[in-house]
Amino acid sequence: MWSGEYSFVLRNLILKDFRIRYRNMSLGVFWSLLNPLVMMGVLTFVFTFVMPDRTISPLFLLCGIVPFNFFTVAWISGTSSIVDNASLVKRVPFPRVIIPFASVLSNALHLIIQIALLLSLTILFGKGVNVNWIWLPVVWGFEIVLLCGLALLFSGLNVYTRDIRYVVESISTVLFWLVPIVYQSPPGSEKFAVIYDYNPLAAVIFALRFILLEGIAPPTSLLWKLALGSSLMLVFGFLMFQRLKRGFYNYL
Amino acid sequence: MGHIRFQDVSKIFHRHTGQKLIRHHFYDRFRRNPEHDFYALKNVSFQVDEGERVAIVGRNGAGKSTLLSLVCGLAAPEKGRVEVSGKIAALLELGSGFHPDLTGRENVYLNASLLGFTRARTDALFDSIVEFSGIGEFIDEPLRTYSSGMLVRLAFSVALNLEPSILIIDEVLAVGDQAFQEKCFEKVLEFRDSGKTLLCVSHSPAILLKLCDRALWLDHGELMMDGKALAVLEAYTGHTVAP
Repeated sequence: MWSGEYSFVLRNLILKDFRIRYRNMSLGVFWSLLNPLVMMGVLTFVFTFVMPDRTISPLFLLCGIVPFNFFTVAWISGTSSIVDNASLVKRVPFPRVIIPFASVLSNALHLIIQIALLLSLTILFGKGVNVNWIWLPVVWGFEIVLLCGLALLFSGLNVYTRDIRYVVESISTVLFWLVPIVYQSPPGSEKFAVIYDYNPLAAVIFALRFILLEGIAPPTSLLWKLALGSSLMLVFGFLMFQRLKRGFYNYL
Repeated sequence: MGHIRFQDVSKIFHRHTGQKLIRHHFYDRFRRNPEHDFYALKNVSFQVDEGERVAIVGRNGAGKSTLLSLVCGLAAPEKGRVEVSGKIAALLELGSGFHPDLTGRENVYLNASLLGFTRARTDALFDSIVEFSGIGEFIDEPLRTYSSGMLVRLAFSVALNLEPSILIIDEVLAVGDQAFQEKCFEKVLEFRDSGKTLLCVSHSPAILLKLCDRALWLDHGELMMDGKALAVLEAYTGHTVAP
């Protein structure tokens, strides 16, 4: 019945999010740069003066902060995307599935700005460009796929139970310590390895550090885990969304 | 193309629908009480053929908007069947899908894409949409600076230019000024003459009589009467206390 263009709707919804966010800010896009820079500064201060640790450099921290920031912001805004667009969902018959995708992808525009920052600082700190940078688009691509899956699942659930949004926010806070942002390998015993081995976000951070800090390609097993984990999330999220969307009208 | 068929359609809302706390889901699951089910529509059957202009009348909460939502495919019925064929343009609520911080131009593009225009078609139709709306140079101003009349005109222009086979108007016509109303009537009449279907909800009998020749009267979700517009409107207004 709906005979429009998915790409045209997607484009317009992404532009809408982006324009609304920046039209009323005097600093505009610089807000996207400020947050990771401040985080990097504070954490560098802590690991240089408060609890000195030679293995942690500003660049090392930024490799964790940038994917983590995108992950939490896109997850939270993706989760509330359907409820935030309730007037559209209740009144305009177009494919609902576009909404969470648009939400994640408009955040991906901010991610691009932050990636530019990360890459500039990599060169500035003397790490240089290497051939393994070709893996970067693959790694970021799978992080975006992962988030599309999460956004589909949680935006659907959030319609039925609005508390989901707060659950997601709480998990994000916990996640800051459960993914290797301020440390490298799982500290202490191997028994915690399960938290890191099957965690696509941790895989993204590990992969970035291989590529940018050590200049080597990420291990194939790591890439496989990342690819498999994020693709499965997307498929699962999509299937769940197809079921959940039937009740949107009644619950919005 | 352009016909609508309802067969014994019921739309039921459960008591806690609309309250979203976890405990309500538990209540719903474990002690659902059928007595508390609310019928927004109850066993409604009718058929609208291509080219018909049908008014839907009834008091507030009679189920008019629910019926239109079912036609648009926004909601699914709990019982019965809804069959709709053809491309629908619906004006269900003033400027739904419009965002106040975007300019008129950006809103036209967003709305056109949601309604099912392709990008090439939007580019081609953009000028005539703006011209029909009469917005002029305000098209590049943010929507929050528009009057409500300008908003309806813009929304209406987009939907009319979609060339739908079914046009649905829910109580939005009364907002535009006299001149624009006339312009819209003309356009809507043009629609009918080219074999398009029109569904119209309004509380103004004058508008309905001008636009429609058939009417459905809903009360408490039930179809009370289906017939010639004038006869149904007389029965309906005679049945309720005139203000």
